[in-house]
Amino acid sequence: MEPGEIHALLGENGAGKSTLMNVLYGLYQPDEGEILIDGKPLKLRGPSDAIAAGIGMVHQHFMLVPVFTVTENIMLGAEQVRGGIAGFLDRRRARREVAEVSERYNLQVDPDAVIEDLPVGVQQRVEIVKALTRDVDLLILDEPTAVLTPQETEELLAVMRSLKAAGKSIVFITHKLGEVKAIADRITVIRRGKTVGTASPEASRDELAALMVGRTVRLTVDKTPATPGQPVLEVSGLVVDDDRQVRAVDGVDLTVRAGEVLGVAGVQGNGQTELIESIMGLRPVLAGTVALDGQRIDGWSTKKVLRAGVGYVPEDRSVDGLVKEFTVAENLVLDIYDRPPFGRGLSLRPDEIDRSAAERIEQFDVRTSSADAPVGTLSGGNQQKVIVARELSRPLKLFIAAQPTRGVDVGSIEFIHSRVIHERDIGTAVLVVSSELDEVIGLADRIAVMYRGRIIGVVGPDTPREEIGLLMAGIIPDAPGGSPDDGTAPTATTDPDVAATTDADVASDAGTPATTARNVTATTDGVVSADRPGSEDEKDR
Amino acid sequence: MSDLNAQPGSPDKEPASEDQAARTALGNTERAEAATTPGESGPRPTLGRLFLENLWAANTFTVTLLSLVLAMIVGAILMIISDREVLATYSYITARPSDALNASWTLVSEAYANLFKGSIFDPAATNADAALSPISETLTYTAPLVFTGLSVALAFRGGLFNIGAQGQATMGVILAALAGFLLPLPPGLHLLVAVLAGALGGAIWGFIPGILKARTGAHEVINTIMLNYIAVYFLTWLIVQNGVQDPNRTDAISRAVDSSAQFPRVFGEPLRAHTGIVLAVLATWAVAWLLNRSTVGFELRAVGANPDAARTAGMSVTRTYVLIMVIAGALAGLGGSQMVLGTTAAALTPLVVAQIGFDGILVALLGRVKPWGVALAALLFGALQAGGNRMQSYSGISLELVTVLQALIVIFIAAPALVKAIFQLRAARAARLQTSLAKGW
Repeated sequence: MEPGEIHALLGENGAGKSTLMNVLYGLYQPDEGEILIDGKPLKLRGPSDAIAAGIGMVHQHFMLVPVFTVTENIMLGAEQVRGGIAGFLDRRRARREVAEVSERYNLQVDPDAVIEDLPVGVQQRVEIVKALTRDVDLLILDEPTAVLTPQETEELLAVMRSLKAAGKSIVFITHKLGEVKAIADRITVIRRGKTVGTASPEASRDELAALMVGRTVRLTVDKTPATPGQPVLEVSGLVVDDDRQVRAVDGVDLTVRAGEVLGVAGVQGNGQTELIESIMGLRPVLAGTVALDGQRIDGWSTKKVLRAGVGYVPEDRSVDGLVKEFTVAENLVLDIYDRPPFGRGLSLRPDEIDRSAAERIEQFDVRTSSADAPVGTLSGGNQQKVIVARELSRPLKLFIAAQPTRGVDVGSIEFIHSRVIHERDIGTAVLVVSSELDEVIGLADRIAVMYRGRIIGVVGPDTPREEIGLLMAGIIPDAPGGSPDDGTAPTATTDPDVAATTDADVASDAGTPATTARNVTATTDGVVSADRPGSEDEKDR
Repeated sequence: MSDLNAQPGSPDKEPASEDQAARTALGNTERAEAATTPGESGPRPTLGRLFLENLWAANTFTVTLLSLVLAMIVGAILMIISDREVLATYSYITARPSDALNASWTLVSEAYANLFKGSIFDPAATNADAALSPISETLTYTAPLVFTGLSVALAFRGGLFNIGAQGQATMGVILAALAGFLLPLPPGLHLLVAVLAGALGGAIWGFIPGILKARTGAHEVINTIMLNYIAVYFLTWLIVQNGVQDPNRTDAISRAVDSSAQFPRVFGEPLRAHTGIVLAVLATWAVAWLLNRSTVGFELRAVGANPDAARTAGMSVTRTYVLIMVIAGALAGLGGSQMVLGTTAAALTPLVVAQIGFDGILVALLGRVKPWGVALAALLFGALQAGGNRMQSYSGISLELVTVLQALIVIFIAAPALVKAIFQLRAARAARLQTSLAKGW
């Protein structure tokens, strides 16, 4: 590392990027080898040694106390005291320092704001300020853009540039190729714990991706135009609360047709999770309806929804998708263990479970030492393939995939995407929720953008990224055409769907007070009336 | 509730620790190869080699055995300290060390020899009854512990910490005794009804914390502890009621259970081993089948390991919690019923269930919450109890020392890192052990 350099560390998941950085930050001890700082070997026994040596780290998951102010969070662990033995906290000095650092690097952080009130992007800047107040020369950013909107990412990149100008070195860990090319001075690619190459940012995306996975990969999703059939999933006027009883989904209307992929884009935490969970019967529906093939399924148990032909890949595989202690084979029947041929009456049939596991491991290219290995020993990508294999190996009407490729290596992403498209092509309705815009654009035939619990626009996949990015940030571009739908409807693969499902949005885009009122109150009645033109539209065609 | 495997940093970096991988590789070598290359024999390590490799590694068996050894060493020290005469020889240990060493050796070796003779085999036995007597005693103490151990283990596998086996066993003993002396039934049927009554009593006492947990989220640890108190004082109250209390006695003892409701003896009179032990083996088999080969067990284990994933896969977590507690309660109730239908007692007294519920927690942990492991652990605890009786009467070592030994064994097992460090074991499975026992809180 040179001073004033931005060094990107690129690698698949589980390649060892984070482990390497945790060693650098003193969280793990190296088994062999040494770390040189300014030519001198350094022995780090813990993060405090690392900080003393001028190394700071911003973790992927922020280490902030939500109810503390920015200043308090930054003081934490490095409290400055005055009054000698009495040891009063010197808030004023800390506050001044925070303001000063924030000013110097143009970070725009309010020292008195309470963390939980701040958007994610600002929280991240607080983490950066925290590191900077401890006088670090080397800043490690562990997958900093995973939770940011495209706009916030842009801002972060600007911050990184200003830090670089001030002579700080930055290690930037990521597996997003675009960002690396935009900012890095030097790129080191890591694969399976070894450095496999150093590249300059001029290298093409394909070259970098190939270096990462060790072979050529396709980044774009190959697919033919969709041939949508009847509506399979119809959601109207859906209202759902999150765990804190705060409204998370606030009057959502959606239609997914057989043989098409509807992508839901949006920054995490805008109600996507709750939307999906309420469809799956995991979360109570407070108002509105969910219908599968015309039959209402809201209020059904999860088991009943699954049995009705819905496949579900939950967004957090470690928490909701897999039982880590269970074997691969057991996880492959996690939601069908009591159905023939796997279960008969009270008894399980291990032979059948093993046989089907062997088949599916083969079919879905799950890399595991055996079907009896605990699924927790598999890499992230292979764990995800286990879930996908489980859900796609029974006949489905609707396939819901939330963040299907989060934390998954490039090779597995390619495979999972192809399976999703395959499922679409055999006539299943597919609903994909992802905070990766590239993924949504690549997979979806139509893109619904979710913001603060509402669908604020449904656009075609050829819509410019910037426009979708603005929608994700809650800004409806008021182009001369009036609404984004006007501009994009012709490019959408299937006009009738766009028209049918976005009428409400078109209206709200026009900015009439009536529709705004509807959105605020989000009553079922309002939704029904707003929907009616849509259904008539359908009949006309 | 924390998963000790969790690592700092991103959640998608899997905690695929080396030992887990190694364990899988070792454990599955055979099956994996059979599945992939049936004809071809790869560089597969022989069983003997695997055994040697694992012998000194920190695996379950080695750690358990060494914990036993460590506990006995500490027990020996306690014996020496608590014996005034032996301790006196230590006052002049620098002058005549042989005195102190000889006295200590005599004391400790005799005590442990009596422990062995009382629980397994007495070489001085002259007839068949005397030869079988230690085993018979061991089995008598083992049977109820198997049930309470299974109760705790089953709940543990389902993610619940059943501290209430004591209370469930108490309710079991109450209903079993009532059925035993109140119902006039023919032999055989009477025993069956009494046993089922015991299971019912425990099941009811398990259902209460189960439904409270499922409906209101009330923590089962708190509720089962509270229900323990209620059960014990209910028993104390019930014994002195009319129709229950022995009419010929003024102290707190109930009428005796009819002989038609008592377990037949295994070896015949006068040996105490009764067929409750057969029931215990059957129960172990049934629980093993339930856990590993049934859909209910699949649900139970899934809910225990990851309730979120279980719910997402369509299982009813709340229903499973209730079911777990009912089954666990029924098992503990069966264990309780043995205390009055077996040979240890025939009538209710306030202390009739002894400590079998609490010992069940230790047995479950010692048995690594696996059914057959629990049965073996119960056998060890039963042997310690049986041997402890002889140790007390022959060597004058207090019976409480046995309790201390039992506690020490479990402490060492709960801290495998300690055993590993003391004996310099190779790190193999210890980390895994630690988490399996630390979970559930």
